[in-house]
Amino acid sequence: MSGADAIKPGETLLSVDNVSLAFGGVRAITEVSFDIRKSEIRAIIGPNGAGKTSMLNVINGFYHPNEGRISFAGATRARMKPYEAATQGIARTFQNVALFKGMTTLDNIMAGRTLKMNRGFFWQLLRQGPALAEEIEHRKFCEEIIDFLEIEAIRKTPVGKLPYGLQKRVELGRALAMEPTLLLLDEPMAGMNLEEKEDMSRFIIDVNQHYGTTIALIEHDMGVVMDLSDRIVVLEYGRKIADGTPAEVKADQKVIDAYLGVSH
Amino acid sequence: MSTTTGQPELDTFPKLYARNAAQRPERPAIRRKDRGIWQTWSWAQSWEIVRALAHAFAGLGVGRGDKVAIVGSNRPAMYWAIAAAQTLRAVPVPVYADAVADEMAYVLENADVKIAVVQDQEQVDKILSMADRLPLLTHVVYDEERGLEDYDRARLSPVAALIAQGREALAKDPEAGRRIDASVAAGRGDDASIILYTSGTTGRSKGVVMSAGGSVAAASDTVAFDHLNDRDEVLAYLPLAWVGDHYLNYAQAIVAGFCMACPESPDTAQQDLREIGPTFYFAPPRVFESLLTRVMIRMEDAGALKKKMFHHYIAVAKQWGEKILDGESVPLGARLSYRLGEWLVYGPLKNTLGFTRIRTAYTAGEAIGAELFSFYRSLGINLKQLYGQTEAFLYVTCQKDGEVRSDAVGPAAPNVSIRLTEDGEVQFRSPGRFVEYYKDADKTRETLTEDGFVKTGDAGFFDKDGQLRIIDRAKDVGKLKSGAMFAPKYIENKLKFFPNIKEAVAFGDARDFATVMLNIDLASVGAWAERNNVSYASYQELAGHPRVYEMIEEHVDEVNRSLAAEPMMAAAQIARFLILHKELDADDGELTRTQKVRRGFIAERYAPLVTALYDGSNNADIRTEVTFEDGRKGAIAANVRIVDMKRQASQEKAA
Repeated sequence: MSGADAIKPGETLLSVDNVSLAFGGVRAITEVSFDIRKSEIRAIIGPNGAGKTSMLNVINGFYHPNEGRISFAGATRARMKPYEAATQGIARTFQNVALFKGMTTLDNIMAGRTLKMNRGFFWQLLRQGPALAEEIEHRKFCEEIIDFLEIEAIRKTPVGKLPYGLQKRVELGRALAMEPTLLLLDEPMAGMNLEEKEDMSRFIIDVNQHYGTTIALIEHDMGVVMDLSDRIVVLEYGRKIADGTPAEVKADQKVIDAYLGVSH
Repeated sequence: MSTTTGQPELDTFPKLYARNAAQRPERPAIRRKDRGIWQTWSWAQSWEIVRALAHAFAGLGVGRGDKVAIVGSNRPAMYWAIAAAQTLRAVPVPVYADAVADEMAYVLENADVKIAVVQDQEQVDKILSMADRLPLLTHVVYDEERGLEDYDRARLSPVAALIAQGREALAKDPEAGRRIDASVAAGRGDDASIILYTSGTTGRSKGVVMSAGGSVAAASDTVAFDHLNDRDEVLAYLPLAWVGDHYLNYAQAIVAGFCMACPESPDTAQQDLREIGPTFYFAPPRVFESLLTRVMIRMEDAGALKKKMFHHYIAVAKQWGEKILDGESVPLGARLSYRLGEWLVYGPLKNTLGFTRIRTAYTAGEAIGAELFSFYRSLGINLKQLYGQTEAFLYVTCQKDGEVRSDAVGPAAPNVSIRLTEDGEVQFRSPGRFVEYYKDADKTRETLTEDGFVKTGDAGFFDKDGQLRIIDRAKDVGKLKSGAMFAPKYIENKLKFFPNIKEAVAFGDARDFATVMLNIDLASVGAWAERNNVSYASYQELAGHPRVYEMIEEHVDEVNRSLAAEPMMAAAQIARFLILHKELDADDGELTRTQKVRRGFIAERYAPLVTALYDGSNNADIRTEVTFEDGRKGAIAANVRIVDMKRQASQEKAA
């Protein structure tokens, strides 16, 4: 991760270069290029089916682009597996919550520390000496996250019993447990009410400011996107149609057309 | 006035704090769960922090008589800030943390606040947003850093940094320490100790000023009354700005030297209660009610054996529990059975609720149902009632151990005198009586009598055992045409204690007799209907069902019986009642948002029904407009039956 650490805030952390992705004959992404700078909040928006989630999946190595390159923290790559992305400091949350429903909030967040655990399986099974010391360290880190996200009251509650808004927050907690350099959020506020959205926005800003984490997010709520993001990429039918600050994007005729519809 | 016998000089909280640090340095003073682990500060550590913070506050220009706002939830830092302000003879002003910016601005402005100690960014934002209304405010101190990274630091400091700074200064400069000691020693009983703002249900809130000596004296009295000592422990979860928290937790903890535990967050209070296991506990009746409901719902889901065991031993407790608690003689068999119940049911239940170690618990604020009250007492929890006011620095009356009832609030608290005016208004004089309303001499004069009694505005009377019963707000108490007292809320509360009755509205002021309109409780009556094969298609149909009327009639009859047993109330027995065809609803303006009935509005809206209640007819037609949740309006028409009740002879006449 030293590569990512060497990059100063404001410099390019990740760049997507001319990436195309197709599933058989369906082109999900066509020749898209953009960059994400360190410590910024970068939004990817677009109408349904514009290729936003595919883009995130490409970034964290779940899909492999047919063409183009992605460089993260100075290293360029064509193919990478999701766990490699995770080791390099890319964490994500999912559009439809993907937690371990039967496990508690705490255990779910602890699961996010898996990659940071040095002791092997048998040591952890013993839960003695260095393995115990390590567990306490990790537990402390997770407790900080619990405090940060204000979910103390559900620490020991099985996640499946929680309301949706809280599950989303736990998922964010698990992603934070990886101490990511780049955090990918796929519709963190989908299905939330106004109050939950405001809380989540606050947490995203706090994560960005407090931990200095770079954030790329997909979101449909334009009010939220305009408030939160430093820069926005707009996709439509797999192509990039605009890229800039919220003010620039808002004024862009192509974006207005894409969202409001235009007579062809 | 002071009852701290032998040490009359201990008349301020900082002096007592210093005493605790000297006499019981190692005993825990304050706890907070942080990162999932309980952290504890002893009295010595706590006092050291208070002194350091006081030194830092002095550096911010805080001195004698200055006001320090405290805005936040129950955190050690907030309590230290209160003590630190008092150490400098400044006056802490706790403010409700959930107040909106405008309300908060009013209090801070009215109280002439010089610095504000707040919990987090939310409160900092509120205060900064109204900075132009607060020219006297020079500095804001906060507890939680998060979200404040980019703020201008000129008038903003973290409390941790202030403590560190004060600590360093005190270590370096012995003179600084002596200044703090001198300030503590100079404190006097007539110093203002705190200003508590009333919640302001009637108009703008008023700042109630307490004196140090009065506060200490009042707290000393109740500490002695309930035998509290430094082995006790409380969970401080009540709002900081409410007299209940300041008195029951802060004041009593410092006087008795016991430990105050702060919840991890407001949402975790219930879990923290269980972990701490307080020995002294206060909660308003609705908390006890919701706990009981939760227990009952969970028992419904339990296995058949457990369910049976639970109900069997709850019945045992109901029969014997209170008698055992009150030390009455009980047959050996019952005692054994209760013991077994303690082992199988009551113990585990109390453990789940966090009530295992409770020696004394109080409830107050509104009437509590006899069944609910008995339930907790029968488990062996020493739950009692008190009646209090901010203006009294809490206690006006409280019940002695062993002399506890649900329908009265006890005799006068130690050293409190109570008298009743001719109109039945309760007036009191107490050691903790407030000094004045801050900057409101008119209101002070209105509330205090010339001989130093406080007018409570509540109507009440003493019953045969010398316990006070609060009937209603004095201004709501009316008279029947015969001149007999008519207390609507008193009657309504009696009715509402029946689970089948959700709401009741009583009429009778300047009438010949009392009548009521009732709302059935759909959940409870619906469950009854299911058990008894009563079919119905709508709320309206169920409410008008003859068998429901029969059942409710029995309840009303029971209320009449209990009213007849009370000489002052016997005349106001319910002569006629009806069951409303629709639920009273805040959306229709019939209830306030806090679910209190708006009697006047209901009388107007249902005028034909009120007329029918008094003209002797057996039914009445009514058509009312209703508002649906989405804002659409519709109308409900109904024919409502009216039932005549037999009134009981007053027991006094009978006797």
